[in-house]
Amino acid sequence: MELDVTKIREDFPILEREVNGKRLVYLDSGNTSQKPRQVIEAVREHFERHNANVARSVHTLGTEATAAYEGAREKVARFINAASPGEVVFVKNATEAINLVAYSMLGASIAKGDPRLSLGPGDEVVITEMEHHSNIVPWQLLCERTGATLRWLGITDEGRLDLSNLDELVNPRTKLVSMVLYSNILGTINDTTRIRVRTREVGALLMLDGSQAVPHRPVDVRALDADFLAFTGHKMLGPTGIGVLYGRSELLAAMPPFLGGGSMIETVTMERSTFAPPPARFEAGTPPIAEAVGLGAAVEYLTAVGMESVAAHETALTGYALDRLREVPELRIIGPSTTEGRGGTISIDFAGVHPHDVGQILDGEGVQVRVGHHCARPTCMRFGVPATTRVSLYLYNSTEEVDALVAALEKVRGVFG
Amino acid sequence: MEQLDRLYHDIIMDHYKKPRGRGLREPFEAQVHHVNPTCGDEVDLRVHLLGGTVADVSYEGMGCSISQASASVLHEVLVGRTVTHALSTVEQFTSMVEDSRGETTPDEATLEDGIAFAGVAKYPNRVKCALLAWKAFKDATVKAVAQAEASND
Repeated sequence: MELDVTKIREDFPILEREVNGKRLVYLDSGNTSQKPRQVIEAVREHFERHNANVARSVHTLGTEATAAYEGAREKVARFINAASPGEVVFVKNATEAINLVAYSMLGASIAKGDPRLSLGPGDEVVITEMEHHSNIVPWQLLCERTGATLRWLGITDEGRLDLSNLDELVNPRTKLVSMVLYSNILGTINDTTRIRVRTREVGALLMLDGSQAVPHRPVDVRALDADFLAFTGHKMLGPTGIGVLYGRSELLAAMPPFLGGGSMIETVTMERSTFAPPPARFEAGTPPIAEAVGLGAAVEYLTAVGMESVAAHETALTGYALDRLREVPELRIIGPSTTEGRGGTISIDFAGVHPHDVGQILDGEGVQVRVGHHCARPTCMRFGVPATTRVSLYLYNSTEEVDALVAALEKVRGVFG
Repeated sequence: MEQLDRLYHDIIMDHYKKPRGRGLREPFEAQVHHVNPTCGDEVDLRVHLLGGTVADVSYEGMGCSISQASASVLHEVLVGRTVTHALSTVEQFTSMVEDSRGETTPDEATLEDGIAFAGVAKYPNRVKCALLAWKAFKDATVKAVAQAEASND
């Protein structure tokens, strides 16, 4: 079903405001998305009517809050087609989700636990050159601490993963492959098929960073045959402070805890503790309850619109944006040049003007884009730029906004030409 | 656009397009590498001190117009000044660009072309750009002075 962008926009109060005397043109959803009234209302209603701590109260409010929190888990599980809600662990953000797996593997490595999770000298972890720092640094730390070796797949000039040496990089020494589904800087949507097949062949685990994919495309963890999937609420219409680690239940059950504290235990004595089964084992302390409720509302909103419709709208808008940007002289698109296997995240290099300056002048026109290395410095280095100007589209963006961007780029030329 | 015109002052654009003193030169007593990790701006900067005076400041870097122009202005303003005067100028320049409330009156005689960066104070996210080279200069100068004192001991 085709998405009615005019109607969608009415759900997002912030889109009515002005910036620097101009109509707001928000093209930075890859950074964080705007929130619909339905999400804002759900969080407000939770605080006004149901606020209490979860999983430890016998009183009515505590029961309601627990039901709302666990209800959000069920909604998220359905959204990504997890086999059960217990496969959804609530965390702070995608960064924490990836660190949870890395630190749990460190724990397993020290304790010489489950061989799938234990690393040592001679073992390897494989990532890609396209990763956000959050899917690089935790693995660097894990490898440094266990003596394992970090390896990575490169990127082609067209902004695709270079799979020419896949069979050499992913080999019987590989313990884990962790890769991004949708690049936050190039806009590339990776086909994971060949990597998945090779990962299974060598008996390694497969972790997917879905921070940009889950908000914009239908993502089915069982179809992807993922062991782990990390994503964050605030990029998919939900609040900040809530993220998700999906893990196959059998794997989560084999994993040692990450953070220790309340809610994650079974029995505690002064000498030692035993731990709750997942997902509680990985949710120490009071969780972000209202934020989870907000994420549940966001997932309901996206489900009602339909993720196929969201993806179709964004693909059409991306095609329009790529065409319009190609008309702009001295503008280079860094990343795939067609809508084939790409999403609405478009990095540009414009007339040699530094992205900071481009972003500043666009802001003067009300156009909000992100500038910098987008926490993907190795990708920038690969394309020989210190930074890029990044436009990222979402379901509420329109062709008029793309036109406003192109007009604002002409102003940049006026100042720096 | 009026406020933006203050940010992209003619003097700043002139230094950005025609940087003064750019390039790394010999001799030098200290060299530093400073980065702005949030945006990827980088500067390599060398200082050469001679008898208590800043004899040369040479630099290479990449970054936005504000960061690059500010390195050029630094070179023009500080070379030839005594180390004490140069460091007090750094303090004045820093106070000016961090003064978002417009509480101080910058001294044009001291800051020369540096005065053009007064408009940066209205853009908190650009303050780091303007200060990148100035922080690097202070760091390098402190190192060069400490080194000179150590060799005199």
